[in-house]
Amino acid sequence: MIDTIFSLSSGAGRAGVAVIRISGPLSDYALEQLCGRLPAYRVASLMTIFEPETRTHLDQGLVLRFAKGKSFTGELSCELQVHGSRAVVQVILRVLSRLNGFRAAKAGEFTRRAMENGCLDLTQVEALADLIDADTEEQRKQALNSLKGLLGREVRGWREILREIKGLIAAEIDFSDEGDVADNFNNQIDSLLQRLEVHFRSALASFEAGRIISDGFRVALIGPPNAGKSSLLNALSGSEVAIVTEHAGTTRDILEVRLDIDGYPVVLIDTAGMRDAVDPVEIIGVSRARFVASQANLILILDDTLGTDFMLPPELADIKSIRIRSKLDLQSSQVAVSSPQGFDLALSAQTGEGLVELRGLIAEQLREVTYYQTSVILSRYRHKEMVERALMACTHSRTSLAHGIEFVDDSVRSIDQALAELLGEIGVEEVLGEVFSRFCVGK
Amino acid sequence: MRLSFRSLPICDNASLLVNFFQLEKTLVHQKNFDVIVVGGGHAGCEAAATAARYGAKTALVTLSRDNLGVMSCNPAIGGLGKGHLVREIDALDGIMGRIADAAGIQFRVLNRRKGPAVRGPRAQSDRKLYRQAMQKELLENTPGLTLIEGEAADLLVKNEMIEGLALADGRELYSRAVVITTGTFLRGLIHLGEERRPAGRVGEKPAVRLAERLDSLGFKLGRLKTGTPARLDGKSIDWASLEKQLGDEPPEAFSMLTSKITNQQVPCHVTRTTSATHDIIRSNIHRAPVYSGQIDGRGPRYCPSIEDKVVRFGDRDGHQIFLEPEGLDDDTIYPNGISTSMPLDVQESFLKTIPGLEKVRILQPGYAIEYDYIDPRELYPTLETKRLPGLFLAGQINGTTGYEEAAAQGLVAGLNAARLAAGSNKVTFSRTNSYIGVLLDDLVTRGVTEPYRMFTSRSEFRLALRADNADQRLTAWGESIGLIGATRQKAFATKSTALAGIEAQLRSLWITPTHAASFGLALNNDGVRRNGFELLSYPHFNWNDLIKIWPDLSAVDQTVAEQIAIEAKYAVYLDRQKDDVERIKRDETLDLSVFDADGYDFISGLSNELKSKLDSIRPRSISQARQIEGMTPAALALLAAHAKKRRIPAPATVSPTASVSA
Repeated sequence: MIDTIFSLSSGAGRAGVAVIRISGPLSDYALEQLCGRLPAYRVASLMTIFEPETRTHLDQGLVLRFAKGKSFTGELSCELQVHGSRAVVQVILRVLSRLNGFRAAKAGEFTRRAMENGCLDLTQVEALADLIDADTEEQRKQALNSLKGLLGREVRGWREILREIKGLIAAEIDFSDEGDVADNFNNQIDSLLQRLEVHFRSALASFEAGRIISDGFRVALIGPPNAGKSSLLNALSGSEVAIVTEHAGTTRDILEVRLDIDGYPVVLIDTAGMRDAVDPVEIIGVSRARFVASQANLILILDDTLGTDFMLPPELADIKSIRIRSKLDLQSSQVAVSSPQGFDLALSAQTGEGLVELRGLIAEQLREVTYYQTSVILSRYRHKEMVERALMACTHSRTSLAHGIEFVDDSVRSIDQALAELLGEIGVEEVLGEVFSRFCVGK
Repeated sequence: MRLSFRSLPICDNASLLVNFFQLEKTLVHQKNFDVIVVGGGHAGCEAAATAARYGAKTALVTLSRDNLGVMSCNPAIGGLGKGHLVREIDALDGIMGRIADAAGIQFRVLNRRKGPAVRGPRAQSDRKLYRQAMQKELLENTPGLTLIEGEAADLLVKNEMIEGLALADGRELYSRAVVITTGTFLRGLIHLGEERRPAGRVGEKPAVRLAERLDSLGFKLGRLKTGTPARLDGKSIDWASLEKQLGDEPPEAFSMLTSKITNQQVPCHVTRTTSATHDIIRSNIHRAPVYSGQIDGRGPRYCPSIEDKVVRFGDRDGHQIFLEPEGLDDDTIYPNGISTSMPLDVQESFLKTIPGLEKVRILQPGYAIEYDYIDPRELYPTLETKRLPGLFLAGQINGTTGYEEAAAQGLVAGLNAARLAAGSNKVTFSRTNSYIGVLLDDLVTRGVTEPYRMFTSRSEFRLALRADNADQRLTAWGESIGLIGATRQKAFATKSTALAGIEAQLRSLWITPTHAASFGLALNNDGVRRNGFELLSYPHFNWNDLIKIWPDLSAVDQTVAEQIAIEAKYAVYLDRQKDDVERIKRDETLDLSVFDADGYDFISGLSNELKSKLDSIRPRSISQARQIEGMTPAALALLAAHAKKRRIPAPATVSPTASVSA
């Protein structure tokens, strides 16, 4: 018989309530042992929890019991909502582990069982992992969309088109000599392939947005030394994360802070000021700064004067940027916060003036790149790779039309394969390994 | 026993054959065979020939020896997918290709204008020549084969194993294995308009008793239908007004052993139905058995009757008809494309609305036939039944349609029956290297909902599974299991040596773009040298271009040159497919028979629905399991994991190795 598994499913440590989940054929047995009786399915029942042998009173809590086929895992299962003290949780888990046929769940095992019992498909499992990891509102929405099977539905739509293409190919190859079937469907096939290409491209465009939602929008602070980058970082994050001194070149290493702007995760990155440094440590710092900035979605270029001509490194020229005149409080003449001359914005990390406007500008940039979130979201590199492969095969199919239908057939099969892998229909083991390696115990 | 007949030299069996014919009269009740084949159609003939070729003492039971090799429907062999099957049968030294060559009166490679990977050889056959060639082959040239005329009535079963066959006249024949190939004879019911009568084929009795026996064994039966058009008198057709369709010149044979097609070659003619035809059919549609509710069986979508075409594609103003000759000295014409079960008077009147057929005389009306088939999911990929060890089924009884599909199954069933009798491992075919493998896998895994016909679309590996390379894919394997006769062994060795030699030669001939340009041949001017094989892989290069550069190559045999050119054209693609082939092969080789003993109940995490499906199908491999309806990726992973844990050391079957040559 399959093991019955259990685990603390809420966060570890002290909490008001802790949830212990039990799943498997012996779940009812656990309830009989711990509570002495079985509550009705899906009715929250207040029950006393005992140590089975000594009948010692352990805790009192809400018990939920789920029937086979009507639970998260698809198995007979139950949940104990007990007081969230470490002592209570520890003792209950210890009691469970002593029962025959019971063992602690491995990472992701509840979800794995849910999938094995056909309760979730692969993209949904991935989405669930995301949902659990979600820190911000947008991450939560995105994960929930995937959990509802949005990605799966979209892919199934693509496969409909693919099926049509395959039908035409089959007709051309297998039936054109029987009369009554046209000899050549190249134009029809090509226009269907084009439609697929458009779908693939927009899905890939959405990947960037999806990635930002799951990994964060990367904003790099750059500028000459002592421009106030670290001060701005501290001001935006609301804490003294970075060391700030009056000495130019204080920041040597890369410092990252996670912020929530309008529900989006933003990673704010402080970098060393860019100048022709001589100190070997600072030289390394400057080159790191340039690299990190080149990987960012947005750069904030800080400068406290009009006079210094800060030269933007050429590799950063194509990245979206906001030019900020810093240290507004120290400016001698009156400078407007919005659209000061030569800058997009002026602000003071000291007084907080201009910070709201800066958040607004960052949010604007964010919305621009996450525009696609309303359509498909490819939130994982695995998804992106598969769609890229499908797109390549699609383009290849179109060029093959000139060489012969059998070549088109071959590339179309590759599209199919990539989509099947995306949905987890083939290459199952590898994908499962990848997906389940990301789960925390208890889900 | 095992050793005795396997060790007999094949040529010595000729004398045995004579003995069997003499013995038949005396030892009525205790005849011992290795294999008994029931039915003398395309499946039965190929099964009997294969079993005997493999060295089994084989009996072929049929109602009358004159029925051997009868073509009950259209007078043609091959086509797309089907032609591929014939070539594969031939590559395993089967008989269908050679018989079709001997009977062929018009050879045409279909899709000639498309790439070699999707071409399929086809030939019109002279029915009489086909029958004669088949009878000569089986009765005179197949040592070890005994023909027994009689009606198969019952299976002899002992200890839940097949033991032999009982004939209607009381004779009992004993054997290790029985192959049943009764086609549409299982409770066959012919429909002609409102008329119905039980029959196997027009004028022949259906096999009711055998069907009842199979029924009582618990086999799941289903009902299918198929149809055939009226046969026309060629003397009543206005040929001059019709478009002629000639065969290829020179004709391309099916068999590698056929050096030359010697029959006179004749044309087919093409005509079309008209809106008048459709009007007549439409106004009489209530008299068509399919539409009056008289027929329950499902017919093939891809081979619809003319009444189906009119109902389903009402907007078309005409449907093409090929007028195919049935023989050189026979005026009968087979009008391909208008199979029908309309009443005779309707057939007569609609035929006369077709150009060229205004004064046509019907020799035999078209009709539909409904028949029982056994759900092929009752079979292992060896074509042995799961219910009764030693019993094999092949051909239309398994829900397929077509002579070629039948013969291919006959070969597989005959081979495995003979191996069973010899105590050897049974063999399966992989879908990665043969259409036979595709056919078997599709049948036993998915079952059928309409008569199953082979198409190239059914294969994932069209570029590798070509009609031109069937021998390269299968013959060496056939040799390794003792299925290939001496003549073919020699021919194959010669061809293989030539192919390898010429390919090696091409790969050693180099040329620069500048040098090629001096012969008027355009290459990307990148200064990179290319060899002859690489040149051939370019779409715009052919063999004659190579001859311009290296005149010695003009001496190369034309078939060898063609084959190399095709290999070169597809080499890059075949390389790319290798990973896919490997993946499928891994899935095919992970043996799931380990579950046979304990079933699937112990695997928790499988839904009850899936468990019961798995129980009834008992997939042999992950790739088969994948195709079960409702199968989830997770369930597959579970099966694979459990199978790996419980793996039995020795493989249960052997299979041709998938060699996709590049």
